[in-house]
Amino acid sequence: MMPNSLGRNLFIPLTLFLVIAFLIGPFLIIVAASFSAGDTLAFPPQGFSLRWIAKVFTVESFRASFGMSLFLAIGGTAAALVLGIPASYALSRYKLPGAEVIRTVVSAPIIVPGIIVGLALLRYIVVPFGVGISLALFLAHTALVLPYAVRVVSASLDNLRSDIEEAAVLLGSSRTGAFFRVVLPNIRGGILSAFILGFVTSFNQVPVSLFLSGPGVRTLPIDMIAYMEIVFDPSVAALSALLAFLSIGIVFAAERFLGFSRYV
Amino acid sequence: MSDQAYLSLEKLTLAYGDSVAVADLDLDIRRGELIALLGPSGCGKTTTMRAIAGLLPVRSGHVRLDGADITHVSPNKRAVGLVFQSYALFPHLSVYENVAFGLRLKGLRGTELDAKVQSGIKSVGLSSFANRRPAELSGGQQQRVALARSMVMEPKVLLLDEPLSNLDARLRLEMRTELQRVQKETGVTMIFVTHDQAEALALADRIVVMKRGAIEQIGSPQDIYNRPQSSFVADFVGFENVFALEGGKLKAAGSLFELQGEAPSAAGLAWRPRMVSLGTGPFRGTVRGTSFAGDHREYLLDTPLGLIKAEVEASQPVHDLGTELAFDLPAHKAVPLSQFS
Repeated sequence: MMPNSLGRNLFIPLTLFLVIAFLIGPFLIIVAASFSAGDTLAFPPQGFSLRWIAKVFTVESFRASFGMSLFLAIGGTAAALVLGIPASYALSRYKLPGAEVIRTVVSAPIIVPGIIVGLALLRYIVVPFGVGISLALFLAHTALVLPYAVRVVSASLDNLRSDIEEAAVLLGSSRTGAFFRVVLPNIRGGILSAFILGFVTSFNQVPVSLFLSGPGVRTLPIDMIAYMEIVFDPSVAALSALLAFLSIGIVFAAERFLGFSRYV
Repeated sequence: MSDQAYLSLEKLTLAYGDSVAVADLDLDIRRGELIALLGPSGCGKTTTMRAIAGLLPVRSGHVRLDGADITHVSPNKRAVGLVFQSYALFPHLSVYENVAFGLRLKGLRGTELDAKVQSGIKSVGLSSFANRRPAELSGGQQQRVALARSMVMEPKVLLLDEPLSNLDARLRLEMRTELQRVQKETGVTMIFVTHDQAEALALADRIVVMKRGAIEQIGSPQDIYNRPQSSFVADFVGFENVFALEGGKLKAAGSLFELQGEAPSAAGLAWRPRMVSLGTGPFRGTVRGTSFAGDHREYLLDTPLGLIKAEVEASQPVHDLGTELAFDLPAHKAVPLSQFS
């Protein structure tokens, strides 16, 4: 009986260890590789240096595509919130006919594979209507972030009693005024959380952007793929590590100051 | 509309979609009155209150307040205050800012605003809590903030939705006193909604009993308590023994029973448990249950008339379960009902 019960006692910790190792392992490898002194992307790293991290900041195309990604992540998420907040409000406060259908349609960009969304946008929007690449990317990222915006904002609206709006109205506010005076301030945390989630989602987005990237217009992840096809040095690892730390930092700050996990 | 009416509802019909919640309701309320809308859930009392506030559109009929037809006036321009059952305080604002909310919208600023807010908060005894958030207050304190927030607006009518139901027994008494004080000091017309007859009796000048979207009876607490007009109201205010009357005889369990003494002419008769005489009388019943209630003892009797509830003073000898007892439903004590349903 002894070996059997020992096996059982080890099973859960061992599984746990393997799962965590599998989740964190690649990240640790990338971070380690980015400090390599060697000329190719390799693990274990050869020696220690900061030169690949420094190099990231000198690659011209990285700077341009980082700017593009930043624009899409901020602009696309902001646009998704401008559309998503009223949509969430309507879905949570009114008994709309077909509310479930609307919810499903809004979630479609998450469910439909990104490759298909990208291809469809390219084939039926960009090409026939001559929409610019930047605009197409902006629209695509807005659509991709919208489901997150609606979900997170809805969650915080559902936690907010609707009678405070009636109270505001009876104290002299208009309906619209009540939204801005008592609803918006109370879902601020949800909106910021949605923004951060949307930002990270957009920033890390590959499949849709892959189809919509053109000459001179690329998002950072696409640029990294293109770079790796030509140069196989550790600067891509260094960039990945920097981005990962950026994302971790944002999410950590959000959790610390806003209680991010309440909304997601 | 009577000359005295300050708030009047005329042929008011209210509906949610196809389902009519209140039909053809007429009600006149005088200035400074404290009115209770009393009834079980679903009777239309809350619906009526929301219509007075303007939160629910009127299907047909009119609402008049202080000489003006406000049927279609939007709720933010009615000068009607509402203390919600959940209090509906703004969670992101301090007590001070909650109370200041409406005054700021009125355009008050500076010392004038501050003076009104401070005196509003002081009047409900929460001066030392002015900077707290609602979540940091007890339920009773939150309700007082909600009351102050409405009262600083000097509303023509103050509506209160189940004002005592969320409070424990001690706070209830405190809040009841508080509401009476506010009403006395400001003379504001108050209407509160409740399903609890004890609340209505204790607080109101007049009680409006509602049933299925219509007014069943309007009267002073004494009227409602002592002279219910219908079996519904009688049942609601604690007449446990309510019977239809047919040709001067009680109709119960499908048979007719002769009463001792002359029965008044009415549609029905009602007796409170303490109006039933135990020990003597023409009827017989078996003790099915008994319980001690401090100054009195309650009995549940199984009788040919159905179950009868009786009360006797606790000093009387106790009758055991299963004992057969004589009892009487004295005709002279019965309250006559003009409606039986």
